[in-house]
Amino acid sequence: MDLLKRYIPVLFLLGLVIGIQLMTHFTGTGYYLTQLTMSAYYSVVVIGLCVLMGYGGQISLGHAGFFAIGGYLAGALTTHNLMPFKDYGLITFLDRTGMLVASKDLYGGDLLTVEPWAACITAVLAAGIIAFTIGGPVLKLKGHYLAMATLGFGIIIYRIGLATQYFGEADGISEVPGFKLLPGIEVSGSFGARVLNYYIAWAVVIVAVILLLNLIHSRVGRALRSIHGAEEAANAMGVNTSRYKLYIFVLSAVFAALAGVLVTHYNGGIGPSEAGVMKSVRYVAIVAVGGMANIWGALIMGIVLNFLSLRGVFGSYDDAVFGIILIVIMLFAPQGILKINPWQQVKSFFSVLAAERGEDTADS
Amino acid sequence: MTPELFIQYLFAGITYGIIYAIVAIGFNIIYNTTGIINFAQGEFVMLGGMIAITMNAFMPMTLAIMVAVLITMVVGALIEMVFIRWLESPSVLRMIIITIGISILAREVALHIWGESVRALPYFIGNEVTSVSILGARISPQVLWVIGVCSLMVAGLSLFFKFTSLGREMRACAANRRAATLCGINTKNMVTLSFVLSAGIGAVAGCVMSPITYSDYSMGPNLAIKGFTVAILGGLGNSLAAVAAGLLLGIIEAFSVSVLPLAFQDAIATAILLLILFIRPHGLFGSSEAASLKEF
Repeated sequence: MDLLKRYIPVLFLLGLVIGIQLMTHFTGTGYYLTQLTMSAYYSVVVIGLCVLMGYGGQISLGHAGFFAIGGYLAGALTTHNLMPFKDYGLITFLDRTGMLVASKDLYGGDLLTVEPWAACITAVLAAGIIAFTIGGPVLKLKGHYLAMATLGFGIIIYRIGLATQYFGEADGISEVPGFKLLPGIEVSGSFGARVLNYYIAWAVVIVAVILLLNLIHSRVGRALRSIHGAEEAANAMGVNTSRYKLYIFVLSAVFAALAGVLVTHYNGGIGPSEAGVMKSVRYVAIVAVGGMANIWGALIMGIVLNFLSLRGVFGSYDDAVFGIILIVIMLFAPQGILKINPWQQVKSFFSVLAAERGEDTADS
Repeated sequence: MTPELFIQYLFAGITYGIIYAIVAIGFNIIYNTTGIINFAQGEFVMLGGMIAITMNAFMPMTLAIMVAVLITMVVGALIEMVFIRWLESPSVLRMIIITIGISILAREVALHIWGESVRALPYFIGNEVTSVSILGARISPQVLWVIGVCSLMVAGLSLFFKFTSLGREMRACAANRRAATLCGINTKNMVTLSFVLSAGIGAVAGCVMSPITYSDYSMGPNLAIKGFTVAILGGLGNSLAAVAAGLLLGIIEAFSVSVLPLAFQDAIATAILLLILFIRPHGLFGSSEAASLKEF
């Protein structure tokens, strides 16, 4: 019964995804699918961060960094030509084991690049390992220090992307090839594959959501919530707080990196702006609007806000909109906008007023 | 490295270092009275510089700077009154997100007022090529202005906190807010005052540094990160240690340019920040016992 309750929204989402595709098909607005695909990938980052922030209570202002690690590594590995190094032992070994693919470039030259699957696994693994390494010391910190440390991590990744020739410096990496998941199923930005890619992206989202829903209803989820509630108390009750915090940090980093890999293949490139601080802040803003400990809220807000932003609805006020959202939500509705109960707000406002008046009369 | 070059780097380091120290002191003033790290601290420096540049078109520079500092102080007070004053014991996470939002908002407003172009105040004395010779190195007089004005501010603030009754009230507020309230200090006003004060010193720093470092709408976050690094390095809340830490970071950065590519310069400060947070979160000069009692 409980399981059914958990999965009904997932089925509803599935129906919605198919419904929207059909609707765009019949109204001839297929171009919306491109932004919906992108929003879906960004939402994977958001729901990962949601579990870290909302359930684990650990803020991260560096998740664009993990996104960028995934995207940049996948992009660089599948784009840079290894032909000149063909005679090195390692490259020959990789070639023999099928980790490399040979192809022709635009001018008919020979190209030897890393197979996207191998690149994807490398990139996601790298992000996981980096998260595991820095997670130990970073997650010992709390509050402002944790925020600044993760922010600092994001800045370092941004700077590395901007200053390293291998990652294309300020231009980023372009002409990243498509990612053949299975024969006939390819993540790429080509026009004909738009509908297919829409479904790939949403399949990824749905799998991610199911995974996280199960996680937060498991022993791990309960442990995380106890950490959020009171870390010392959780510790005293025998919850290994530092281990759970680290697990969830690594998991959310892996989600971000995976999204980075897929977006890079879908867009055919990645630039340093994807690693920028503003991106990380944006993810945090979306989680906050969604209501922190609310995967569905984060997902809905992630799709809506990213879609509007990608469509250019906010124009040159794009960043300002996210800034205002952050402030307004945190000032008036720290539980997220899906939890607002206007009547309750009005009532509590008047009760505060009444209490103040009562105090005043008591004083005089 | 020749001695002249060494002196040259040293002065560049001190110039930046003292600016970082001023930003760090801005952090400290607000942190001491509220326990909040104001992520929008760098925006005060930006606002000070940008407003002064705009005002300079209509009035003499001294007046323009004074007006700019005043306006920034008013902005600081408004930010506190609108966003912070009426919140009842907000969580740290909430305050972090709110101040980040304020910093984004301030930056976006600045972008729409002044655009993306980089501007600068004219040099206070002479121009770009005027220089004085110190131990064989050629130093711009503006560098001396920065060092002088910032040192004066640090000294003035120490005196203010030590000897004036207002300064003492603010320190009482920092030491124990409830006790301060019981002694008849209006703690809410002290918090507003701390925002005004840190906006003011940020704006002054933004004006004196503008001729050498230039001002643009996006300079805030970078300064805030450096300032925070310095504040942590010296031990959060300790303003004199922040000066020492600021000079240290400025000099490390200045000399790093001779070894590493320029693009990595900002990464150095960040790496130092991470290192300090991991190894000595109570700062180089702070005590770990005192730090463990504080709420971050």
